[in-house]
Amino acid sequence: MSSERVVDIWGPRTPFTSGTSWPRRVDQYLADGVTEADVEEWVRGACLLCSNGCGLEVAVKDGQMVGVRGRAEDRVNHGRLGPKGLYGWQGQQHDRLTTPLIREGGRLVETDWETAMAAVVERSRSLLETKGPLSHAFYTSGQLMVEEYYTLCVIGKAGIGTPHMDGNTRLCTATAASAFQESFGSDGQPGSYTDVDSCDALFLFGHNVAETQSVLWTRMLDRLDAADPPRLVCVDPRRTKVAERATVHLPVRNGTNLALMNALVHELIARGWVNEDYVRAHTVGFDALDRLTRDATPEWAAEICGVPARDIRAAAEIFGTGERVVSTCSMGFYQSHQATAASCQVNNLHLLRGMLGRPGAGILQMNGQPSAENNREAGCGPALPGFRNWDNPDHVRELADLWNVDPLVIPHWSAPTDANAILRFAEQGSIGFLWIAGTNPAVSQTDLARTRRILSGDQCFVVVSDGYRTETTELADVVLPAALWAEKTGTFTNVDRTVHLQEKAVEPPGQARGDQAIWTDYARRMGFADKDGHPLPAWDTPEQAFEAWKAASAGRPCDYSGLTYRKLHDVGGVQWPCTRDAPDGTERLFTDGVFNTADERCETYGHHLATGAPVGETAYRARRVDGRAILKTAAYDHPYEVPDETYPLRLTTGRTVYHWHTRTKTKRSRQLNEAAPAMWVEVSQPDAQRLGIAEGDVVRVTSRRGSIEAPARISHVREGVVFAPWHYGDPETAANELTLNGWDPVSKQPELKVAAVSVTRIRPGDGPAPAPTTTASAPVRPFADTGRE
Amino acid sequence: MHLVTYLHFLHATEETLSAGYRTVSDGHFADGDVHWTTARFARQCTAHARALTPVLDRCAPAEEPAPERLHAQGVTSARNGPAGLLRDLQDLYQLTNLVDITWTLIRQAASAARDRDLIHLTQQYGEETTAQLDWLRMRMKAAAPQTLIVAT
Ligand code: SF4
Repeated sequence: MSSERVVDIWGPRTPFTSGTSWPRRVDQYLADGVTEADVEEWVRGACLLCSNGCGLEVAVKDGQMVGVRGRAEDRVNHGRLGPKGLYGWQGQQHDRLTTPLIREGGRLVETDWETAMAAVVERSRSLLETKGPLSHAFYTSGQLMVEEYYTLCVIGKAGIGTPHMDGNTRLCTATAASAFQESFGSDGQPGSYTDVDSCDALFLFGHNVAETQSVLWTRMLDRLDAADPPRLVCVDPRRTKVAERATVHLPVRNGTNLALMNALVHELIARGWVNEDYVRAHTVGFDALDRLTRDATPEWAAEICGVPARDIRAAAEIFGTGERVVSTCSMGFYQSHQATAASCQVNNLHLLRGMLGRPGAGILQMNGQPSAENNREAGCGPALPGFRNWDNPDHVRELADLWNVDPLVIPHWSAPTDANAILRFAEQGSIGFLWIAGTNPAVSQTDLARTRRILSGDQCFVVVSDGYRTETTELADVVLPAALWAEKTGTFTNVDRTVHLQEKAVEPPGQARGDQAIWTDYARRMGFADKDGHPLPAWDTPEQAFEAWKAASAGRPCDYSGLTYRKLHDVGGVQWPCTRDAPDGTERLFTDGVFNTADERCETYGHHLATGAPVGETAYRARRVDGRAILKTAAYDHPYEVPDETYPLRLTTGRTVYHWHTRTKTKRSRQLNEAAPAMWVEVSQPDAQRLGIAEGDVVRVTSRRGSIEAPARISHVREGVVFAPWHYGDPETAANELTLNGWDPVSKQPELKVAAVSVTRIRPGDGPAPAPTTTASAPVRPFADTGRE
Repeated sequence: MHLVTYLHFLHATEETLSAGYRTVSDGHFADGDVHWTTARFARQCTAHARALTPVLDRCAPAEEPAPERLHAQGVTSARNGPAGLLRDLQDLYQLTNLVDITWTLIRQAASAARDRDLIHLTQQYGEETTAQLDWLRMRMKAAAPQTLIVAT
C-alpha cells in the first residue's frame, strides 16, 4: 500500500445500523521497504493534520519515523486514518529548519540560538521599557499543544501583560466559540461523535467533511450505507461528495447563509415543530427569535439564496420531523460576514426542538485545526484561560491568585485583541514586536499584498518559530527552528472534546526545539516573575505545564483535572470535562438542559449579533438567564462585496482533501503532493461556456485587491461562483491575494467565502487542470470528452 | 406645535449622519471593521430618512418658526492615523446620540398624539440607532488603550 488511499480516500465500507458501535478497521502505512517486523517501537498519540484527532501510533526505526497505524480502541476513529494521516508525517522529514536565522543586511542568515535569542530579548526589553506591554503581540496557531499554549498564555498575560494574543484559530474556528458563547454561555462542544452513530437525520452546514475531516465522513458513510441510513441535508454551493449523498442539497449562493437559516427557523415555528416544554423550561429569547424570523419565508429566502423554496421546506421538514438530529457546521458558515448569527441559528434549530444532550441528538460546531480547541481554552486566543469571562472581576481574580500576580497586570479592560486588529496595530507600528508561531499568515491571511507589507516593514520586529522556511519566515527578522508533532510530548483536543496525548517518538532535527522550551527560554531571559519574585511561568517540562493547566481548568466547563499523562497513554482519547466525579470523561454536555449562562459562570455577557456590540453586564443580569440557553439571531444583510458589472462573479475559497493549510507538511509528502500538485480554480460549466474557457485553460481571476492566474477546472460549482483552494502560497496564484479585509462582527472571523471577482481566459493550458478528480473538484465531463489527456 | 419641525430635523440629521458614516467608511478603509460597519450604518441612516419621507409628506407645513441653530454639523472629512480615527468615531458618537435622543423625543410626542404608526416607526428605527451607539462605544473603548498609550 504505497499510495492507494490517495485514490480510495475513505477506504472500504463497514456499514453499521443506528445504535450499534462503529466497527473497527485498522489503517496502516509503512514507508517503502519497511515491514512490521522492522518496527522497533510503536509510540502512542493522535494525528495532528485536522481537528478530527484520530488516535494512532507512530512506527519508529533507527530513531526515525517510518510509518503510522490507527488505534483500534480509540473512540474517535476506531482504527481508521485518512490520506493526510497516513502519508502526511513524511513531510516532516524534508527541508526542515535546523538552525535559527537572523536578518543581516536584508538577508536571513544562519546563526546560533544564543545570538538569535539575544536579539529577540534585546528588542523585547527595549520596547517594554519605552512603550510598555501594548507594544507586544503573539500570533499563534491551531497546531500547538495545550502545554505550549498555556505556557505562552502565562508569559503574555501575567509576565508581560498584553491583550494582544490571538491564534490563527481566528481564521478557522472563532465562530464556533462565539456561537457557543452566545447560545450556551460558554465555549464547549455540546455533542459527541458518537451521536453520528444513532442519528436519523444529519445536517451539514457549510461543512465539506468528506475532505476536511475524512475519517468523520467515513463514519457518516458507514451509517449512510447501512440498512437504516439517516436522511442527509447538505448546505454547500459546491457539489461535494457530501452533496452527492444528500437527501436534500441546498447549493446556496455563498454569503446568504443567514437568510437560509432564518427561513429554516421560520418554518420550524410556522409548522409547529417546536418542543414548547423544552423551550419554556430551558431557553430565553423565543419571542424575539419569532419576531426576527416572521417574514423570513422559504420563498423570501429562495430568492436570496438561489435555491428552490420547496427544497428549503423539505430540509425544514427533515429537521422538524427527525427523532434524532445531528448538525455539523463549519467554514462555509464561519468564514462569513454574518458568521456568528448563522451559526447561532444552527444552535437555535436544536434548542427549538430540544434536540441536544441525548444520544443521536447533537450539535458539532466544527474546529478546523487539530488543536484549535486548546488555543481557545488555554488563553492564547479570544478568551481568558478556562473560558473565563474577562468582564467578570471574580474570574480575573482567580487567575491572579493562580499566577500570584496583581489582577491589574492581567489585561481585562476589553476582549483579547483579535488577529485582524493585531495586524492593523503592527501595520501602524504601535505593535513593534510580533511573535508568530506555527502559522503562515503570508498565505493564510486575507488581502496578502497588505499582509506582506505589514510583516516585511521596519515598523515591527517579527519573530517566527516554525518547522520550515515558509512565505512568512522569509519576511521575519528572527526565525527560530521548532520541533514538530511527535518530536515532543504534549496534549491536544479535537472537535468533540477528546483529549489525546502525543508522546515524543523521535528527536527534532538539528537544533530545533519545542515551542514550550523556546518560550520558557525567552521568559527566563526576560526575567518574568510573580509578586514574590518567583519565575513565571513556574514550570519547565510539558508534564508540569499540563499539571498547571489542569489547575487552571478545574471547576470550569473545560475541566481537565481528572486527566493524567498515564491515563491518556493507557486509554487513548478521553473527553473533557474529566474530573474525579467523571473519571472517564463526559460524552455530552447539557444533558439536563442546564447551560453555562448563570451570571457567575458565563464566559461572556453576550453580543448583539448584527453589530457585535456587547449586551453588557447590567442588561445581562437583568435578564436572569440563569442556566437557560439564549435564542438569538439577526436580520440577513448582504455580504460585504456583491457582484457588479466589473466583478460579476462570487469567489469562494476552500480546501482539498490532500492538503493541510499552506501545505508546509503535505507538499513534502510525495503521495499527497502528487495528488494535488499545483493551484487551480473552479468555474461552472455555464460560466465557462460564456467566458470561452475549456478545461485546463489558464485564467486570470481579479478582485479589487489583486489578481491570480491558474488553470481552470470546469467543475460542479454553482453557476456564478468561482472556487479557489487557498493552500497554494505563490503570489501569482494564492487565493488570498483576492480576499477582502472584513470579518464577522462578533467572532471577528475573516470573510473568506465571498469576494467579487472577474474571470478572463489568458491562454490554452497544456492539459487538464492539476485538480483532483476524486473530490468536489471533479470535472463535469470526463477528460476524454475534452480531447485532452 | 413643533413636531413637524422636529420630524424635518430628524430627517435632515439622519441624512447628515449617513454622509458622516460614509465619510468615515471611505477614510478608514484599512480598519476593516470600521470600513464595513460604518458603510452599513450609512445605509441604515439613509433608510431611516427614507422611511420618514411619507410621514413628512402627510404633514402640513410647520406652523411655528424653527429654533435657532437647529441643524447639527456633519462629519465632512476623515482624520488621519489612530488618534484621528478615535476622534472621528467620537464625532459620529455625538451625532448618533443626537439622532438617538431625537427618535426618543419623537416617540414621546407620538405617544401623546396617539399616533400608532409613528410610535411603531420610532421603535423600529430607534433600536437600530441605539445599536449604532453601542457599536461606537465598544469600538472606541477597544481602540483607546492602544491609541492613547502607544500609537504615534
Ligand atoms: S481525519 Fe484528520 S486526524 Fe484523522 S487521519 Fe485524517 S487528517 Fe488525521
